[in-house]
Amino acid sequence: MSTNKLNLTKADYAGRPSTLCKGCGHDSITNAIIQAYFELGVNPTQVIKLSGIGCSSKTPTYFMEKGHGFNSVHGRMPSVATGANVANYRLPAIGVSGDGDTGSIGIGQYLHVARRNVDMVYIIENNGTYGLTKGQFSATADLGSPAKRGTPNPFPCIDCCAVAIDAGATFVARSFSGDRKQLISLIKAAYSHRGLAVIDVISPCVTFNNHEGSTKSYDWVKEHDLPLQELQYVPEKEEIEIDMKEGDVRTIELHDGSHLTLRKLGKEHDPSDRASALKLIHDGVQTKELVTGLLYFNPEMPDHNTILNLSPTPLTQLGEKDLNPGPEVIKKLNASMK
Amino acid sequence: MDKIVNDFSIRVATVNGTGSQSSNNILFKTLFRMGIGACGKNMFPSNIQGLPTWFQIRVSPEGYQALRENDDIAILMNAQTAHQDIESMRAGTTILYNSDVIKFEDKDIKDGMFMYALPVETLSRKISNPKLMRLLKNLFYVGAVAVLYGLDLETLEGVIRDTFKSKQKAIDANLEALHIGIDYAKENFEKKDSYWFEKANCSENKIIMEGNSAAALGALYGGCTVLAWYPITPSSSLAEALIAYAKKYRVDANGKMNFADVQAEDELSSAGMVLGAGWAGARSMTTTSGPGISLMSEFIGLAYYAEIPSVFIDVQRVGPSTGLPTRTQQCDIMLCATASHGDTKHILLLPSNIQECVDLAAESFNLAERFQTPVFVITDLDLGMNNWVADDIQYKAPKYDRGKVLSKDDLDKNSDWGRYLDKDGDGICYRTLPGTNHPKAAYFTRGSGHDEYARYSESPHAYTRNVDRLNRKFQTARKAVPKPILRGEASAKFGVIAYGTTDHAMQETLDRLQDKNVKYLRLLSYPFGQEVHDFVKSCDRVVVVEQNRDAQMRQLLELDIRGQQDKMHSILYYGGFSISPDFIERELKEKFLN
Repeated sequence: MSTNKLNLTKADYAGRPSTLCKGCGHDSITNAIIQAYFELGVNPTQVIKLSGIGCSSKTPTYFMEKGHGFNSVHGRMPSVATGANVANYRLPAIGVSGDGDTGSIGIGQYLHVARRNVDMVYIIENNGTYGLTKGQFSATADLGSPAKRGTPNPFPCIDCCAVAIDAGATFVARSFSGDRKQLISLIKAAYSHRGLAVIDVISPCVTFNNHEGSTKSYDWVKEHDLPLQELQYVPEKEEIEIDMKEGDVRTIELHDGSHLTLRKLGKEHDPSDRASALKLIHDGVQTKELVTGLLYFNPEMPDHNTILNLSPTPLTQLGEKDLNPGPEVIKKLNASMK
Repeated sequence: MDKIVNDFSIRVATVNGTGSQSSNNILFKTLFRMGIGACGKNMFPSNIQGLPTWFQIRVSPEGYQALRENDDIAILMNAQTAHQDIESMRAGTTILYNSDVIKFEDKDIKDGMFMYALPVETLSRKISNPKLMRLLKNLFYVGAVAVLYGLDLETLEGVIRDTFKSKQKAIDANLEALHIGIDYAKENFEKKDSYWFEKANCSENKIIMEGNSAAALGALYGGCTVLAWYPITPSSSLAEALIAYAKKYRVDANGKMNFADVQAEDELSSAGMVLGAGWAGARSMTTTSGPGISLMSEFIGLAYYAEIPSVFIDVQRVGPSTGLPTRTQQCDIMLCATASHGDTKHILLLPSNIQECVDLAAESFNLAERFQTPVFVITDLDLGMNNWVADDIQYKAPKYDRGKVLSKDDLDKNSDWGRYLDKDGDGICYRTLPGTNHPKAAYFTRGSGHDEYARYSESPHAYTRNVDRLNRKFQTARKAVPKPILRGEASAKFGVIAYGTTDHAMQETLDRLQDKNVKYLRLLSYPFGQEVHDFVKSCDRVVVVEQNRDAQMRQLLELDIRGQQDKMHSILYYGGFSISPDFIERELKEKFLN
């Protein structure tokens, strides 16, 4: 059996069996997460997995059972992740959310976790519908997209990537649950980024949103998917293998020194260009093309803990000596309040 | 007329945003430094500039920290409220007023009122820096008070110097304004009333401090490392004080912070951050007021059910809804005791004074970690935002009790570990912290149904076992929370119960009722320990005195101590100012001690 650099097998990254509907896109994402963390050689006991409420938010039980998980309340995963991250930044955080959890009830916390640039991987399993309550529209359902009972959605869609870029997220990507290769590369790159790394993964709901006319069905996505780049993730100090002509290749250095290589597939896109990333998303709405790949990337912004100027010792590991200012301080304070 | 020395009340009516707070604090601190037993309370609007504000100073030889109902001297600088203010003053009191903007007619002035007219606007033209005129003119009444009632000038000037520290220009400008007031009063006022300040020794080993600063200090010493908060009156100054302390006392050798302060986007988020940090193993807290607790209730339920240590400091203000945001009440008792949907109950800590703000804020982190649950420290606007004259803060070496946490080595020895397995029979289970490098360390934290091994479960048996265990944990907490304090003879049959800031008025009331056989139990916490049960049972009648309409603590007592309802009574004040001993004394005499 193949092992990674920690001598762990892929089974060491598994979770409990999924209880989602058979064929759910979310299970493909779970598998991609397992593969990516296995390949990266992350110690699964150090990972913290966070989620809100909904079908997507159940999935952290399905991967990396050796890591602590926290299934919190609806739309509030970002705040719980922020708290855990300031408390102990050494634990790599992965959050899994859905389109209702992020785009509707949780839109406020989503924008603010982006604004703070909290160091975590934030995966949105986006199917444009409320699965667990049986098929209501979510805020990411496209305008005109019919629900299962046939009523067209009268409201425009909130694009989770566009709002994240606007709010200050520093790594924003979109993928499709069926594109395993791209998804694994993006998850690995997101892990290596220091700051908020959002991957909005279109993940069709087989039960409530996979019918003709829905813009988040398997058939629709397969027809309209427009990959931005082919991504190849290369960990630090390993040789970069790319069989491409110069000029076609763009290599991006990530915070941990590893590199992300993008192969352009026809469309010219510079992920450091915020305006063109937004234009690409908005144009996709008009042309009905699903633009996938790394849309925006800014490695220059400090992450939340850097902004807070936190000490290198995680706050959870401080001892009495660090915590107790001692009796002299009280004496001085008393003297200053006379 | 006999002199009345150091035993009277002054009301200062001004307009907010005009520098009056600074003048009032100078006056208050001068009294403190003269050793006079002073109590000062600010009654301010939810506004930055232009609305009426009152500052009340009471002096007493005992140094009582509660206000009386009536004032003896009114300093009226605000034309908007002057007529109402004089209307509320009794015959024979003293009125010092800004005669440039306030005109009283004969009918306004009651028998024997002593009137001192201070032409503030006219005098303000004497201020050499016209830009500062508006902010400095409030010092005129300080100067007038100094002359009329005998403030020690050296002390007063010292306070002004200390207030503005090294800003010589500000010191000079303030001293100039002060002396304009002094000179005018000397030349024009003839002492007619009988009130006098005289140096005393009430301030020995005392400090002036706000409860919010004290609670912040307690949190610092209690080992808090994560503060997530959203600004709300009257709790914001607590967060700001804690941040200021952390910037001084939680910095490592390289200038990095051993403390995280996150100003969240709302109260929901601040509660979520507190839980995330508590789950990860940091001592984390938020500070808020009633409206914030309403918003945080969802997370409070999660913390209760998933058993996450977390501290919530609630500085109460007047509800419901926005209510009176700058007025005080004890109206969140029931809210905090049962915050969230479903069957929940929480540990409450109820400080009354500055030292207890320090002690209970510090202790809240131990209780939160020992019991792996939300703990509420409940103060109020009166305690939090007013300047209290209190005993010097005593340093009590903090103990950091992290509760039942299993390390990697513990896990090696422990063959059967379940996150929600009650091994010790006290309802408190063992937890592991995220990042514990052991294959058995991880568990899944969730707000949905779970069994002893933290597995998702909808089993009625697992659910019932779990919530019954949570109840058992709460029973264990009864013995661990701070005990109530008894005053009076244990054999007395008439008892009063109070908590929080009501204590100050209650203690003074009991001083006045020494001939009556009344015993008093002051609550410091919930759940109620055996002492509270015994107290209630030992009385023929119990009166619970509190500052809310619905007798919230009494309801909680009645729920907890079954079969005693018939003997339980209430005295309730909920107008938004702090409760006075005059009110309690009158109510007790009229309704219970006649």
